[in-house]
Amino acid sequence: MSTDTLSPLADEKYHGLTAEQIDRLGTELDALRQRIIADLGEADAAYLRKVVTTQRTMEIAGRALFYLPVIGWLPAVACLSVSKILDNMEIGHNVMHGQYDFLGDPAFNSRMFDWDTVCPGEQWKYSHNYIHHTFTNIVGKDRDVGYGILRMDPDQKWHPYYLGNPLYAFLLMTFFEWGVALHDLEVENIVSGKRKLADNKPLYPGLMRKIRRQALKDYVLFPALTGPLFPLTFLGNATANLVRNVWAFNIIFCGHFPAGVASFSEEETANETRGQWYLRQMLGSANIRGSKLMHLMSGNLSHQIEHHLFPDLPARRYPEMAVEVQEICERYGLPYNTGRLRQQLFSVFKKIVRYSFPGGQAKAAPVRGPEAVIEDSLAA
Amino acid sequence: MSALISPPVSGGPGPVVGRLLRSRLAAALATPHGVDRYLERFNPMWTAHEVRARVVSVHRETSGDTATGSAPVATLTLQPTSTWRGHRAGQHVLVGVELPGSAKRHTRAFSISSAASAPGERFTLTIRAHDEGQVSSYLVREAQPGTLLHLSQAQGEFTLVESPATPTISRLLFITGGSGITPAMSMVRTLLRDGYDGHAGRRVTFLHFARSPEDQIFADELAEIAAADNGVDVHLRHGDQQFSEFELRRLVPDYRDTDTWLCGPAGLVELVKGAYADAAGELSPRLRMEFFKPAVARAASPGEVIEGEVSFTRSGASTAATGASLLEQAEELGLEPEFGCRMGICFSCTATLTAGTVRNVLTGEESSLSDEEIRICVTAAAGDCHIDL
Repeated sequence: MSTDTLSPLADEKYHGLTAEQIDRLGTELDALRQRIIADLGEADAAYLRKVVTTQRTMEIAGRALFYLPVIGWLPAVACLSVSKILDNMEIGHNVMHGQYDFLGDPAFNSRMFDWDTVCPGEQWKYSHNYIHHTFTNIVGKDRDVGYGILRMDPDQKWHPYYLGNPLYAFLLMTFFEWGVALHDLEVENIVSGKRKLADNKPLYPGLMRKIRRQALKDYVLFPALTGPLFPLTFLGNATANLVRNVWAFNIIFCGHFPAGVASFSEEETANETRGQWYLRQMLGSANIRGSKLMHLMSGNLSHQIEHHLFPDLPARRYPEMAVEVQEICERYGLPYNTGRLRQQLFSVFKKIVRYSFPGGQAKAAPVRGPEAVIEDSLAA
Repeated sequence: MSALISPPVSGGPGPVVGRLLRSRLAAALATPHGVDRYLERFNPMWTAHEVRARVVSVHRETSGDTATGSAPVATLTLQPTSTWRGHRAGQHVLVGVELPGSAKRHTRAFSISSAASAPGERFTLTIRAHDEGQVSSYLVREAQPGTLLHLSQAQGEFTLVESPATPTISRLLFITGGSGITPAMSMVRTLLRDGYDGHAGRRVTFLHFARSPEDQIFADELAEIAAADNGVDVHLRHGDQQFSEFELRRLVPDYRDTDTWLCGPAGLVELVKGAYADAAGELSPRLRMEFFKPAVARAASPGEVIEGEVSFTRSGASTAATGASLLEQAEELGLEPEFGCRMGICFSCTATLTAGTVRNVLTGEESSLSDEEIRICVTAAAGDCHIDL
């Protein structure tokens, strides 16, 4: 196998690439990034505004349809669910990444935007944009590995608590927005003594304010405005939030936890080069294949690989970048983890069940360098 | 003049609806996006909090002259939304426009040229199309009736102390150069509208320096003001006629003890400040000034050694540009700006570039737009620059 032909400089962690090859790969990805940045403009602005118009229209329609008893309820829930999904995924997540800061429009500025969930944008930007996107899949640093609740990696030490993995995953899915909001409190780090309870104090007022506002809107005011239909509207709003939670959880878990996604240790990633950072992002994410509608509803996080390589570029560019990223992966003999939604979901589900028990396979990183690609093509 | 003080034309919702839209209930229903994000779906001129305006008319003041390098000037009459709280004479407003072809909203400050306005009332901006100013060029050359602008509320403390008729001020003196005439014009227009006639022994002296007679804006109106019996003396100086302390003393012998409003280019401001300084270099407290944007040096070209000064304006610290990231430069000075990834992806370190030129170290792209948000961990100075930190 290609292991014999590895040069002494090759880095096993990075699929047998040499430092020089990793640098070259970094340069190629930087060039791709540059080309897209140079091309950003009116089309991106028009797209975002179109999505926002759709979302606001769906929201207004949804709120209005609750006034139609019986026949209006299901369409109302559908409209509101779509609105909340678009708000969180293609608009909120991406705007708060700073993807549209270049527009100079305060309505789409990462510092000012907040989304329709109980998690305050301000706190999410720290835990997600900074911690998760900088330390992606570094076990012990990236708190999105298992969200501090689940065991999703063999490197996480097993404990009888993890027998509840499937149950925790189900609860996290159902109450996903609450999970994301409480995520920032780092409760598991407080339990383990790595963080003091007092460190959370500054977070409480913002969190409480956001929770109060979201709950007041969905569970008091809008239901009250429909008068005698209060219980139906209340139930409808709760259902829309649930639908959004289930969808968002599934998309995000498919982006990070299907089989074949690599994790890293703090030692391995100390003093990382730019090329190695890119590689870690690429090997630590997975895509979902699907229709245009699927990409829109997932906020293009179906292109999680591209998102992790270029988190600050407008997500609508990921599909076109994906073609090139995949080609680069092939050329360097790197895996490009993608599959249909069903496939990726099943893979994630298997992992959730598998890691509720002790042990588990070592990290997924079969050593395959460019030599392996040549061997494959010869074999074919 | 009458067009400048015409009553507001209600473009938005009535007062009752307005109060409802600004209510806590409306805010609670529209959380987290805000009422205006929903209203704009229906009509951009319906706002509960933000200020927008439509251009009502464009009046060409001067057409400019390529031979002398003078730029055209136009006056835009704006109908603001009912959220406009009005302005005091001498104030300016931030104007945001989406330039065709760039998709970006650019925001610049412009002085208001019309007399003080009441809430929701029309006002005018008089703008010179600077060669390098994309926004001013667009507004002067391409804005048309109907063009939508995003506005701030009126800002600035360079205003008339009081009016009507300034009872406690005996004399007023305006010294202006170039576009600096605009805020002074707003003040004089306000005085005259409010009944100032000079018959109570008070006088207004208006001293303005323009590049040439062709470049002189408001020429007809100033001639009318000068001819009328209103206690306003107008002195226009063109071309080589520079400001001199000698001339000022002849016009206003006790100018140091006269309430003075000074606005113009850096050269004029320096000369006038000299005249208002006493032996110890102390400026007369009667002199009020408004500066144009601080002049900043040309950016270094790629490869060239970077020379310039980095100023962190809020903390008052500054240092020589070294080519290191602005975050590193700030930290060297002992500042502690917020940061996260230090590689340009997380936006924790975003700060505002208020003037000057910077270079993105990842892309090499240079930027010298004022009031642009930059990630200081991947941005270095490319010449003099001012950062709001």
